Amino acid sequence: MSEHSGGAAHGTFKGYMTGFVLSVILTAIPFWVVMGGVFESSGTTALVILGFAAVQIVVHMIYFLHMNFRSEGGWTMLALIFTAVIVFITLAGSLWVMYHLNVNMMPGMMDAVHQSP
Amino acid sequence: MAETTYNQTGHAHGGAQDNAEPLRFHETEEHHPEQGTLLGFWLYLMSDCLIFACLFATYGVLGRSYAGGPTGAELFDLPLVAMNTSLLLLSSITYGFAMLEVQRNRLRPVMIWLAITGLLGAGFLGLELYEFAHLLHEGAGPQRSGFLTAFFALVGTHGLHVMFGIIWLVTLLVQLRQRGLIVENQRRLFCLSMFWHFLDVVWIGVFTFVYLMGVLP
Repeated sequence: MSEHSGGAAHGTFKGYMTGFVLSVILTAIPFWVVMGGVFESSGTTALVILGFAAVQIVVHMIYFLHMNFRSEGGWTMLALIFTAVIVFITLAGSLWVMYHLNVNMMPGMMDAVHQSP
Repeated sequence: MAETTYNQTGHAHGGAQDNAEPLRFHETEEHHPEQGTLLGFWLYLMSDCLIFACLFATYGVLGRSYAGGPTGAELFDLPLVAMNTSLLLLSSITYGFAMLEVQRNRLRPVMIWLAITGLLGAGFLGLELYEFAHLLHEGAGPQRSGFLTAFFALVGTHGLHVMFGIIWLVTLLVQLRQRGLIVENQRRLFCLSMFWHFLDVVWIGVFTFVYLMGVLP
């Protein structure tokens, strides 16, 4: 059925169930990692759960939102990729800039700036 | 409905599947009445995604600015968040089942699955409002610290989206009751399906980035 629809890709029962089971697993593991205190370091835990989130987002895109390169002649995928780039720039840019503002412009540093000629 | 006509032809030929394949000209895919709306709605969702990106960035910057107030580790109740997450995930799959029934053109199951989806969504919203009320009661309102401002802005915006999704869903139930599974209603159902699954995708970011990472020391 889905191969006939160039516009809206339709799901199948199998597809939805696959997506659901994968999502449950990909949700349960991060909760277990954090609540069970599996890793000593916060950094490792953060990286692991962010990785699981990224994979789960892809799973949702494929099985629930039926993203592929064919629907709407590829325009939905193009819009998605464009959005992903902008989202990445927004997130990474904000965190990067604000982190350095925080580190380099602490109150102590401000005094040094005022004293310098 | 060029698609349906084609579909029937395909079935009529039955065994001639190999022949049917080369006959699929590009036009059969382009001139679809639903496409404009669905692509447009997808573009709206992408712009909505940018709003959430800004809110996530704000939370990323302010998420540890407690101003001497309570931290995420002290405030967040992870079992409650896990409960909320499962409600939203379940509502995604039940909406999927509704869409499968739309394909089979069976009105009653569609409406039942939609109603279940709406109830699960309402449950999610109820738990979130309970959490917010609890936070406000503890004096951890949005005015307490930068962290809480960013938290309420991000999670609140997502909650508002879910609320509008439920209003939309109830409206669609009424329209389905009045007019059945006409083409227009199918299109609306498909748009809401994208909206609903999109909200679930955003929630993945919220529970990971806000709640799970928020309780880390």
